[in-house]
Amino acid sequence: MSTEVAEVKEVKKSEPLFSKKNRKLVSNPLDIDNPITVQVLGICSALAVTTQMKPAFTMAVSLVVVLIASSMVISALRNTIPSRIRIVVQLAVIATFVILVDQVLKAFVYDISKQLSVFVGLIITNCIVMGRLEAFSMGNKIGPSFMDALGNGLGYGIILMIVAFFRELLGSGALFGFKIFDAVGLTYPGNGLMLLPAGACIVVGVIIWVQRSLNGYREG
Amino acid sequence: MENLISIGVRSIFIDNMIFAYFLGMCSYLAVSKKVKTAFGLGVAVIFVLGFTVPINWLIQNHILNQGSLAWISPELATIDLTFLQFIVFIAVIASMVQLTEMAIEKFSPALYGSLGIFLPLIAVNCAILGGALFMIGRSYTLPEATVFGLGSGIGWLLAIVALAGIREKMKYSNVPGPLRGLGITFILVGLMSLGFLSFLGFSL
Repeated sequence: MSTEVAEVKEVKKSEPLFSKKNRKLVSNPLDIDNPITVQVLGICSALAVTTQMKPAFTMAVSLVVVLIASSMVISALRNTIPSRIRIVVQLAVIATFVILVDQVLKAFVYDISKQLSVFVGLIITNCIVMGRLEAFSMGNKIGPSFMDALGNGLGYGIILMIVAFFRELLGSGALFGFKIFDAVGLTYPGNGLMLLPAGACIVVGVIIWVQRSLNGYREG
Repeated sequence: MENLISIGVRSIFIDNMIFAYFLGMCSYLAVSKKVKTAFGLGVAVIFVLGFTVPINWLIQNHILNQGSLAWISPELATIDLTFLQFIVFIAVIASMVQLTEMAIEKFSPALYGSLGIFLPLIAVNCAILGGALFMIGRSYTLPEATVFGLGSGIGWLLAIVALAGIREKMKYSNVPGPLRGLGITFILVGLMSLGFLSFLGFSL
């Protein structure tokens, strides 16, 4: 973990990081260019880990860390990577950071790590990471790559938290494991459908519907 | 034998990669507009899953697990390389996909042309890596792992062809503007996944 923190500091010193253009790189993926609802990247984990908010939060943080770290490394190496083998290089870099995150999770939050099971490993094949590396970091400097990675990571995280919020609240009447309905004196039996895969798909579908009604994005 | 059939049926219908675990969703949603391309991708996924799962099984059990290096020399029995799992698996998958691509290009240029870009994309299909990781998590034996790999692939093919068929029909229906495209597809997948839940009742 410490090496990643050091890298972040270095960039902050050398770049006017919050120029207008760079701020856009962060704010766009949060809404009109959202990785999940618009670019259709990284759906698998968004649906699978969102039955409760705690694992969803852990997953979002892990993804942000991996995305930022690998995006900066790839951006630093972009002129030396031969284009024919770039996919393998990208996979190797991502896999390295995923192993780091996985070991850290296993060491400090073993329960959640068990709950996430294979999905931490599957960050390697999470299309958001590959997609942003390929589309942005291969052609941009470290500073903008950092901002782009941060924006997309947060855009992913926000959707993850929204989906998990509804699924945990409606599915088991709790938030972060805290029983909301019991606390205010109501009994809520829980809606099992929300905890099933089907519930996740429908929640995401409705989120996309609401978001597109608000921002006017249309398809086909 | 009975056990193998049970694992096969489970991985096709009950533990379907898409409807129970959401693995390989990205290409599932992106490539399901036409039945023909969906079928091509599905076949390629079966092929790659059928090969990589047993290969990764061999690597896990003869190289990575603690004590499994003893076949080289007894002194190596204490080495535990399981933390290398992810990077080794993804390397195997990437090279298998590359090999498949070269083989198809050589022996069947027609199929190669129709699959096009989807072949390299299989390397980053979560279903492939997910299959390998599930196989380790459930500690299958080699024949079980092979059946599991093939079964998961067939389940994936089934799911993507079914969705592509529905989406082809849906072109003619009047979907509300903001829901068009991705939104309605998600709700469709949700409903299909509900349908597949009925297989849960089968006990084998």
